Amino acid sequence: MRVAVPVFPGSNCDHDALHACGTVMGWDTIPVWHRETRLPADTELVFVPGGFSYGDYLRCGAIAALAPIMADVRRHADNGGLVLGVCNGFQILCEAHLLPGALLRNESLRFIHADIHLRVERSDLPFTRAMKAGEVFQVPIAHAEGNFTLDPADLSDLEARGGVVFRYCSPKGQIGANHVPNGAMNGIAGIVNVRGNVLGMMPHPERVVDPRLGATGGLGVFRSLAEAVVGT
Amino acid sequence: MKVRVSVQLKPGILDPQGKAVEQGLHGFGFEVDHVRIGRLIDMDVPGTDPAEVKAKALAMCEKLLVNPVMEKASIEVL
Repeated sequence: MRVAVPVFPGSNCDHDALHACGTVMGWDTIPVWHRETRLPADTELVFVPGGFSYGDYLRCGAIAALAPIMADVRRHADNGGLVLGVCNGFQILCEAHLLPGALLRNESLRFIHADIHLRVERSDLPFTRAMKAGEVFQVPIAHAEGNFTLDPADLSDLEARGGVVFRYCSPKGQIGANHVPNGAMNGIAGIVNVRGNVLGMMPHPERVVDPRLGATGGLGVFRSLAEAVVGT
Repeated sequence: MKVRVSVQLKPGILDPQGKAVEQGLHGFGFEVDHVRIGRLIDMDVPGTDPAEVKAKALAMCEKLLVNPVMEKASIEVL
């Protein structure tokens, strides 16, 4: 599998993405500077990494969404190519209108870093096919703007079409406002577009894939991608 | 022409920053309610026709300055 990791000024999880996809999964993983206009040939997955692209100026992800490379990321997505956005990457995909909604300031106003639990809502996607619906896994979050928001009509549509992929939950998989760290509507931690090829999530699965670093809760996402992409 | 774009969170969108400032003001004994914090963007836009300049600013809002999921804007040609 060939993976492209767009790197913006202020990206700081690009090396986590490169480590997870390249070193741990053994995929051909290529960092791509934001000023490039073309993804590497035969790119199968674009991993938009976390960080503080362009210093979070204006709104998180707003400037990065206009970066030259994003036009080709959009073309890749329009052709059915896989796109995974984590943390700031999720914010960028929302600002680029590849995903609906927006990520507001956390309800607490604080930057939150914590290990949290997610419940898998859908296991029929390239990002989740190696997991089971209802399965719970532990991953870290590290963000100040993860409070997912959508106007009520669009939120109903998103839920009705099964657009919610990951929800914050208790270690046993219970859903409820007290298990939502940031105030996100309906406890939404990750969503997918209608076509099912663009996924954005606030938590960081790429940080928990290497047993040498103490936890492997995020492997399900990467094993799913490995299964989904033929020839890996 | 000088243009001022005022960006505010839409009604109903939680503004924790506004809430924190409101609580701070209450702490000083001020009676205030519904404190909302927004953003002012001032700029020089070429042109002499206020309507035309306003239309340009509106296009800028749609493209970049405003995220309609959570924000609304008002435009003033100064």
